[in-house]
Amino acid sequence: MEGGERALATQTRESRSGRRRFLKTLGAGAATLLALEVLESTARPAEAAPAAPPAALPAERPQEDVLLRMQRDLQRALRKPAHLRRWAMVIDLRKCVGCSACTIACVAENKLPPGVVYRPVVDEEIGTYPHVTRRFLPRPCMQCDNPPCVPVCPVNATYKRADGIVAINYDQCIGCRYCIVACPYNARTFDAGEHYTDGTPGRSPVEEVPNFEYGKPWKREGDASPVGNARKCHFCLHRLEAGMLPECVTSCIGRATYFGDAEDPEALVSELMHRPNAVRLKEELGTKPRVYYLL
Amino acid sequence: MRRLLYVVWLVAFGLGLWGVGERLVLGHRLAAYGSYVVWGLWVSVYIYLIGLSAGAFLLSSLVYVFRVERLERIGKLALFTAVVTLLTALLSIWFDLGHMERFYRVYTSPNFRSMMAWMIWLYTGYFLVLLGEAYLAFRPDLVRWSQEAGRSRLQRTVARWLTLGRTTLEGDVLERERKVLQVLATVGVPLAVAFHGGVGALFATVSAKMYWHQSIVPILFLTGALVSGGGLLTAVVAFAWPQRDGEYRELVSLLGRVLLLLVAVDVLLEWAEFSIPLWYGTSPEGHLLQVVLFGPYWWVFWVLHLGLGTLVPVVLLVLRPRDPAAVGWAGLLVAATFLSVRLNVVIPAQIEPALRGLERAFTGPRLVFSYVPSVHEWLVTLFVLATTAALLWLGARLLPLMDTEVAR
Repeated sequence: MEGGERALATQTRESRSGRRRFLKTLGAGAATLLALEVLESTARPAEAAPAAPPAALPAERPQEDVLLRMQRDLQRALRKPAHLRRWAMVIDLRKCVGCSACTIACVAENKLPPGVVYRPVVDEEIGTYPHVTRRFLPRPCMQCDNPPCVPVCPVNATYKRADGIVAINYDQCIGCRYCIVACPYNARTFDAGEHYTDGTPGRSPVEEVPNFEYGKPWKREGDASPVGNARKCHFCLHRLEAGMLPECVTSCIGRATYFGDAEDPEALVSELMHRPNAVRLKEELGTKPRVYYLL
Repeated sequence: MRRLLYVVWLVAFGLGLWGVGERLVLGHRLAAYGSYVVWGLWVSVYIYLIGLSAGAFLLSSLVYVFRVERLERIGKLALFTAVVTLLTALLSIWFDLGHMERFYRVYTSPNFRSMMAWMIWLYTGYFLVLLGEAYLAFRPDLVRWSQEAGRSRLQRTVARWLTLGRTTLEGDVLERERKVLQVLATVGVPLAVAFHGGVGALFATVSAKMYWHQSIVPILFLTGALVSGGGLLTAVVAFAWPQRDGEYRELVSLLGRVLLLLVAVDVLLEWAEFSIPLWYGTSPEGHLLQVVLFGPYWWVFWVLHLGLGTLVPVVLLVLRPRDPAAVGWAGLLVAATFLSVRLNVVIPAQIEPALRGLERAFTGPRLVFSYVPSVHEWLVTLFVLATTAALLWLGARLLPLMDTEVAR
């Protein structure tokens, strides 16, 4: 437990200083009226450096893009102390068209190598020809409140954060893969050290730049972590703490994925996750997922 | 024959070294396990060897705890086998780790909610008890060997070193040591049961895999350990015992009868394991048992395990109970084919997607729900098995493993 708590304390400290910076810049009144997506892309390179200033959002309008509402929800959540946030995701299966944009956006954001995937879209074919339909089910990590993957770790390398996210300490993980077999959603994968460009003359640039998982640059080189580790979706924690929504949310062309602070009754996710048609996967296992599906 | 065995060993060890080189240079890139089937051959070999260790150790307790005099002569052999197979089991699982250099963290930052942490700490305790026990069991013979003129220089030197400088053979010292040995062996029995039951529980506690999540799994691990360990000891005694007298034939025949009993118990439990979930055909793990029985690798169960590993040995043990060669072959078959049982524990649980359709969701060579060990994995396993054989051979050469002079 100790290791997890220590990591938690560090993260809380980091996010506190991030919040101070956030409030300071807000007070200075730095404002820009660029569109949200543009803002996000300009903010991206600043991730390694001090946290980006929060996006100034256009005034609320009826019929506006839900991304704007979720961005407002996110900014409100980030103003709260870290331990009072409880991230949750809602996925509307009626809106998912199975384009897999979220899967690919996630691969790009986290520079995922072959064999590692955080958010595949499960593609189920129902019926027999010619009476066939397909059902799509995006499957991020469920960030379970009772996660089966956490207690199995022999070295405390994976832990549940106060904000609900199940995190991995790459530097602690010994690569035994017990957590991978323990996950009832197959949501963890193993980084075997491969590259998409293996067997070609060079590396693609995206394979050579670091990702910023857990707010730290990770360059995949040789056998250094995250190679040899279990890996999983973390709701793009590094983006959240820089004031950005998870990559799968912003990239969803059908706006089928919603994200926010479940402790905030005004947040869109709070509204949606309490709808009567909201379900969680494998509820019977008692894992208490933080991802809800609207049927 | 002997020369042929040496050649086979050399080739196996050479190929194995090549595999280990690949593993150290290229990491996990050549392994066939991936992100869905994450545990493969090396994990299976690990539980196979660690089962041999627990089985050999539990059989040694017949000598050192329960004082079964007729088996007294195999006590040291059993202890030594337990030490060797435990060490090479750990070698196999060490190669399997994503970060081999971090293995010590299971000691520096253990999580005692994890069954894996329990297993590791228990077999560490077991290893210490085993070492202490082996030292006390071997010491009188080692002292004698270090002084005997008939021994080679190497044998005398090794024996002298292993006595750790304690050379007394006084009656009351030996008596005291024998009492300590009995205490250690008695402590060792629950420890061995707990640690190997813990290996089974490591699988059985995973509720995500219904195939493992059965109360009978840790029990099957224990009976499996006894059967495979018993088979190995029987084979070693039958084929490598220095004297071929009446006492030898008695010993082998007794071991054969013990082995037959153990196989019978194991078959009974296995019947329970398969028949209960399959009976009405509606249980969640029934489908995977069907795959084991009738899937593409049906022969692993029917031919290797049930045929060569159970039926043939039982026939040999029933029809030729007093023929040391037949009993030896029965033991060898039981022990060697038990790897098929271990593979059938580890692999099938992982071949079913947690969500239907996941197998088509985002695909790639490591995102598949099937597994066949790669050549590289077999090479590393050859290294582990060749090392096991070499250590056992060295022990037989250099240590009073099967010395008939038992300190009474």
